[in-house]
Formats: sequence, C-alpha cells, structure tokens
Amino acid sequence: MSANQATSDEVLIGRIAKGDRLAMQVLFARHHVRVYRFVLRLVGNPTTAEDLISEVFLDVWRQADRFEGRSAVSTWMLAIARFKALSALRKKPDEELDEETAETIEDTADTPDVALEKKDKSAVLRQCLEKLSPEHKEIIDLVYYHEKSVEEVAEIVGIPENTVKTRMFYARKKLAELLKAAGVERGWP
Amino acid sequence: MNTMSEKATDREEIEYLLPWHAAGTLSRRDAERVERALASDQELARRFDLVREELSETIHLNESLGAPSARAMEKLFAAIDAEGAHRRKPGLAMDVRTKVAEFFSAFAPRTLAFASAAAALVIVLQAGVIGSMVLNSPEQPSYKAASAEHPVGINFYVNFAPKVTADEVTKFLRDHKATIIDGPRIQGTYQVQFREVATKEDTARILRELQNSRNIIASEFEATPAK
Repeated sequence: MSANQATSDEVLIGRIAKGDRLAMQVLFARHHVRVYRFVLRLVGNPTTAEDLISEVFLDVWRQADRFEGRSAVSTWMLAIARFKALSALRKKPDEELDEETAETIEDTADTPDVALEKKDKSAVLRQCLEKLSPEHKEIIDLVYYHEKSVEEVAEIVGIPENTVKTRMFYARKKLAELLKAAGVERGWP
Repeated sequence: MNTMSEKATDREEIEYLLPWHAAGTLSRRDAERVERALASDQELARRFDLVREELSETIHLNESLGAPSARAMEKLFAAIDAEGAHRRKPGLAMDVRTKVAEFFSAFAPRTLAFASAAAALVIVLQAGVIGSMVLNSPEQPSYKAASAEHPVGINFYVNFAPKVTADEVTKFLRDHKATIIDGPRIQGTYQVQFREVATKEDTARILRELQNSRNIIASEFEATPAK
C-alpha cells in the first residue's frame, strides 16, 4: 500500500467518524476483497466470511472516531477481522465448520502427488500452503499477501515482534516439510 | 570463536528477515543489511529464491479465492442505515454519556471513567442502554465485579445488537440469571456472567440460547470460566 493511500485511508476514517456514508463506501470498495480473503482463509467458509466482513466494516463505521492513527487503517481492520473470525470459529463446533467448508469450497486442484506427476511444482506449493495450520497460514498470508511488516503482524496477531519472526520461520519450515513429503526437495531446511 | 558465533547469529537474523525483504516491507536500513548479506552469501541467496517462490504462490493462492458477493455490502449498508438515526442525536447521546460516565466512575479509576465517556457514540449508546437499565430498574441484575459470591458460572464476551432496547437487555439478563461484570471493552464488548451454569451441557445450552437471540446478542464467545 502506498503512503498516499495510507494517508487517504486516514482521511476517509475521519470522514466516516462524522457519519459520511460515501467515505464508508470508498473504504469498503478499497479493502473489502483483501479483508474477505483474510477471513476466508481463517474460517474456510465463503458465506461466513461474507457475514464477517459486513461485521468488520460495521465496527469500522462505529469505531472510526476512536481510530488513533497509530497503525495503518488496513492493519486495524485486519485486527478486527481476525478477532471476528476467531470468535466465529470458537462459536461453531469443528464438525459443523468442516462440513460447511467441504460443501462450499470447490476443490478443483490436484492433490500434491497428482500435481507433482504433472511436474507442476507451483501447484504443489499452493496445495501445501493450504495444508498449513491456521496459525501458520495466517502469518504467511499477512507477510506475503497482505504485505504487513513485522511490527504490523505483531499488532494484528497480538504477539511480540520476535515471535512474529520465529513463527514465520517455523511456518516456512513446516511448508518445506510438507513439500518434501509431496516429493519436492528444496534443500532447505 | 566469538566472531564466528556472532556471524552465525547475524546470518540467522538475516534469514528470519528474508520473507519481509521479499515482500518489500523492511525498513531501508534492514533492507540494505539483507542486500549486503545476499550479495556475499550464495546459500542465503538461494534460500531467498525459495522465499520469493513462496511469496509468488501465496499471492496466486489468495487471488484465486475470488471476491465476496454484493450481499456483504448490502448487509453492511442496511446496518449502517439502521444506525444512522442514532448517530445524529447528539443531545440524547450527551445525556446518556453523562449518565454512563457517572455510573462507571463508581467502579473504575477516574481516567477510565473519562475514557469511557469519550468512547465512540454507538458504544456509548450501547453502554447507555445497559447503564440506564442498571440505574433505573430496581430489580435488575447489577453491574459489579465477579466475586466468590457465585461459586459456579460461565462468562461470555458479548456484543449487544445495535438496536436492542434497555427492556430487552434487562429481560434477557433476568431470564438467564446473568450479570454484566465488565465492559464496554474494545469494540463494545461486555463480559456477562451466567451464574447458574455448572456443567458442559449448561454451557452448551447457554451458547445455543445466545445464538438464538440475535435480536439482542449480536455476537459472543466464551471467556475464562467464572470463579
């Protein structure tokens, strides 16, 4: 995200705090897809993820006047989204989520073994990314996809910065192990 | 020896930073440090290529997740519209805010009381609903700290529905023998203690009842067990 966008996000939040509905539409248009994907990767269910992003942005609407600008708006929103997603996960029994996930997420990708037979290393890597624990998926997504710094990840996840670095390292290590098990040897770790 | 171990530690630190270097989110100083290390360490450079590969596929994976339907936006703005009227009643809000600030000051340090008073309008309104319920209704469950008075029970963090009324909250708490023991916290969350809960079945029942009361409780999750 550019510095200009960061600034204008803050300006939007200022307007939202005054009840500006149009500013809310702009902020939603700018961020809702990324917030949705972050939540979807955590809860695994598109319908639940859609409901949750409505709640996330409703919280932004309600709390805009309390935003202090100490972090980027997107970081603040991801922190709210994470809180909502984890609350939703705690509410629903595991089996219910698993069933919903199985019903709603269409798995069109090959299994790692099949993908490997097709010599599609990228597909294997994506399959293995899917197999990571929620904790490891979350940190990898925040760093690689959401482009969050060490400090920002620490704020979103609520852990010390050193733990962010080591958690990311172990997430990558686990990914390497999954790749190795799928037949992709990368010579690390 | 010492220099060797320092070098090893430094290399390890650099390796930890590779994902952020690939994503371009390091400070200039750290980025330069990583660049210098990559230029002089072939193995590290090879590992950086692995990181770049992971980054590329993570982006690919996330981009393949699609986007939410228009339903998410419609739902959001319907909720905002429903709240709109409340946001434009400063007179009422100030009245409620004063009342709530006085109420909370009896339980919290003065600074916290004023922080509560300065909270977002909607949160204040929510607090106001509950505050007025506690202040005005003689038979109500009271806002007080959890104590040994209730040897069993379960605590839930809850967010009240935006349009809930004082009467509805009162009835809900009375019906469930519940007490608000903390809040409002960040995001307008309150901690509510359900006293007559002793077994897992009781907890599951309460959870079901909370989930079936969406006109009153917007969301909830279990807190640590009450002591």
